[in-house]
Amino acid sequence: MNRIFLYSFTEMALYIHKLLENAITNTVLLQITELAIIGVTLLISLVILCFFLGWMERRVAAFMEIRLGPNRVGPQGTLQIVADTVKLLFKEGLTPNKSDKFLFNLAPFIVVTASMLAIAPLAFAKNFSIYDINIGVLYVSSVSSLSVLGILMAGWSSYNKYSLLGAMRSGAQIVSYELSVGLSLIAIVVLSGNVSLGEIINSQQNGWWIFKGHIPAIIAFVIFIIASTAEINRAPFDLAEADQELTGGYNTEYSGMKFAMFLLAEYINLFIVSAMAATLFLGGWMPFHIGDWESFNKIMDYIPSSIWFMGKTFIIIFIIMWFRWTFPRLRIDQLLNLEWKYLLPISMVNIIIVTLIAIMGWHF
Amino acid sequence: MRGLIEEDYTTQEGEFVINIGPQHPSTHGVLHLKVWLNGETIIKVQPHLGYIHRSIEKMSESLSYRNFIFATSRMDYLAAHINNEACALAVEKGLQIEAPPRARVVRTILAELTRLSSHQLWWASTGLDLGAVTPFFYAFREREAILDIMDETCGARLTQNFLVPGGLMADIHPNFQKRTKEVLKQIKENFKEYDELLTENVIFQNRTKNVGILNKQDALSFGVTGPTARASGLSCDIRKWAPYSAYSMVEFDEILDEGCDSYSRYMVRMKEMRQSVNIIEQLIDNIPEGDFQEKTKNVIKLPKGDFYQRVETPRGELGVYIVSDGASSPYRIKYRSPNFSNLSVLPELAKGCKIGDLVAIMSTIDLVIPDIDR
Repeated sequence: MNRIFLYSFTEMALYIHKLLENAITNTVLLQITELAIIGVTLLISLVILCFFLGWMERRVAAFMEIRLGPNRVGPQGTLQIVADTVKLLFKEGLTPNKSDKFLFNLAPFIVVTASMLAIAPLAFAKNFSIYDINIGVLYVSSVSSLSVLGILMAGWSSYNKYSLLGAMRSGAQIVSYELSVGLSLIAIVVLSGNVSLGEIINSQQNGWWIFKGHIPAIIAFVIFIIASTAEINRAPFDLAEADQELTGGYNTEYSGMKFAMFLLAEYINLFIVSAMAATLFLGGWMPFHIGDWESFNKIMDYIPSSIWFMGKTFIIIFIIMWFRWTFPRLRIDQLLNLEWKYLLPISMVNIIIVTLIAIMGWHF
Repeated sequence: MRGLIEEDYTTQEGEFVINIGPQHPSTHGVLHLKVWLNGETIIKVQPHLGYIHRSIEKMSESLSYRNFIFATSRMDYLAAHINNEACALAVEKGLQIEAPPRARVVRTILAELTRLSSHQLWWASTGLDLGAVTPFFYAFREREAILDIMDETCGARLTQNFLVPGGLMADIHPNFQKRTKEVLKQIKENFKEYDELLTENVIFQNRTKNVGILNKQDALSFGVTGPTARASGLSCDIRKWAPYSAYSMVEFDEILDEGCDSYSRYMVRMKEMRQSVNIIEQLIDNIPEGDFQEKTKNVIKLPKGDFYQRVETPRGELGVYIVSDGASSPYRIKYRSPNFSNLSVLPELAKGCKIGDLVAIMSTIDLVIPDIDR
C-alpha cells in the first residue's frame, strides 16, 4: 500500500474492485454487487452530506444573525440535525383527507430521486465519478429539471390553495430559469468543445475557465449562480415556499419524513449546483496553477484533488447561503422580469461573444 | 368601512377565494383576510375581525378609575405605556389636576422609549415579511436593551403598567438615566446597520416602491393616522398639534413624506426612530427634581360629564373618551384605536396587487391585531 492510496479515491475504488473480483467469479453477480455497494455508499454519503449542510446552514445563519446556533448536541452542535431527523422519523406523516393520495405520497420521492440522479457524472476527485457519461452536461441539466414535476405533483395533490399557488410559482420559475442555466452551461461547452464533465475538467488543466474565458466566462458564472439559486428554490428566489405569503407553499401539507424528503432534496440540489459551478468554471478537482511557476504549482499539486473539489464547492455553497440570509424575497413578477428581461438577453449576447472567442481562439 | 361590509361580490370565472389567517405568519396575530384572487393578482380583500375581542371597553365600566388604565396595556401591547398614558391623562383631565413636572418628563421619556422599541419590532417584522430573516435579530438586540430599562424601572418588560392618575406609580430606578444614555448611544450607531441590511437593499426597494399607494385624500377620508398617514403628506402628529406631557418642552420634527407608497411609510418610521432618540436626549439630563405623583383621593370619582384625551402612539392617534355619571367607575368608555382605522384602508391599497405586495402593505401599515379588536 503506497502513499498515493491514502489520497486517491480512484486507487481505493480499484483496490475494492480487485478484492471483489477475486471473491466473486460470476461477472453478472460481480456487477450487481458493485452497483449495490455504490448505491448504498452514495445514499449514506449523501445523507451525511445533507446533515453537514443542514448544520452548516444553521451555523452560517447564526453567524449572520449575531447568535450562536446549535452548539449543544454533539461537538459544536453537529449532531443536532441527527436529533431533528430522529424527531421527524417519529412524527406522523399526515395525508390530507381529500388529497390525491397516490400523487401526494409519490411526490417527495420524485423530488429526491431527481436530485440524486444528477450526482452521477460529477467528478469528486481525480478521475473519480460514479458514471462519467459522455453527455454529462446535458444529462445533469435534463435530470435536474425533473424535480419540478415532483413539486407540481405535491402542490396539485395536496388539495390546498396555498400549495397549488406555490407549485404554480415554482413551475413558472424553474422553467424560466432553466434557460439561463442552460445558456451559461453552453458557454463552457462552447469554450471547451466538450459535453463530458470529465473532458471539461481536463480542458482546465492549464487554467480554470473563469480565468481563461475572459469577461464572458465571468458573466456566465454569475448568471449561473443566480439562475441556479432560482432553480433550486432558495432565497431570495424561494417564492415556491414563501413562508410569509404561502405558509410553506407546496410543502404546506407535508409532515414527518415526507417533509424531510423535500429538505433532503433541497440540500442535495444545493450541493449539485455548487458542484456544477465548481466543475465547469473553477476546474473541478484541478489544483490552482499559475502559468509557469513550477514550484508553486508543485505545492498546489500536493493538495489532494478531492479537497480541491470540496473546497471550491463549499465556497460556492457558502455564497449561496450568504445571500439567503441577507436578501429579502423577490415578487413573482419581478422574478420573471429578472429572467426574461435581463438574464436571458445577457446570456444570449454572452453566448455569441463566447462563440466568437472560441472560434478565433482568443481564450488562453 | 366600505371594505368591511360588502359581502355581495360573486366570484368570476378563473377567480378563487383564499383565507389568509386567522393563523398566518404575516398577519402578526389573529386577523383574518378573505382574499379574492385571479392567479396571483388580488381582486378584493375583506378583513374579518373579532378573533381576539376581549371587550376591554365593557370591562372598564366595572373597574375603578385606577384599575381600568391597566386593561389598556393589552390593547396595543407594543405601546402599552402610551395607552396607559392616554388613560391617565384623560382621568387627570376629569380631576382637573396635572401630573408634577418630574412625572411628565419621565412619562415622555418612557413613551419615546416605547415608540423606539415598537418601531424596532416593526422593522424586524417588515424584514421578516419580505423574506429577510436576519434583520429580526439585529432589531431585537436593541429592543432587548430597551425592555431591560423598562424592566428595571417599571417592573415589567412589555405591559409596564407604570402610570396612575396624577403621575407615576413609583420613582425611577437610580440606573435609569445612565442605562438609557448607554442604550441610545448603541442605537445611534446601529442605525447604520439597519440601513445596510434593508433600506439600501435593491430587492427591498423594488418590493416596496410604488406598492400600496395611499393618496392624501384617501388617508384623510379613511381616518388614517400616524406614520402611515404622514407618509402620504398628511400632517397629523398629536405631539405637535396638541402637545401633552412634556412634548411642548422639546424640539423635534414631524416627519412628512410625499411618496405615498410602502417605501415612504418605511422611511417615515425609520426617521421617526431618530427623532425619538433626539427627544429622549433632550430630556434625559433634564429630569426635574420633585414629586413623582400628585396626591389624589383613595377612591377617584370624576365629575359628571365627558372627557376626551388623544395621544400619538407608534401607530397613530389613540383617543380615550370617558363618560362619567359621577360614580367611582366610568359610565362608558370608548377608545378610538389607530389600527382599526388604518386597517380599513387595506382593501383599497391591496386592490390589483400581488400576494407578495399584500404582505408588504400590511407590514408597512404596521397592524397590531389586539388593538383592532380590543
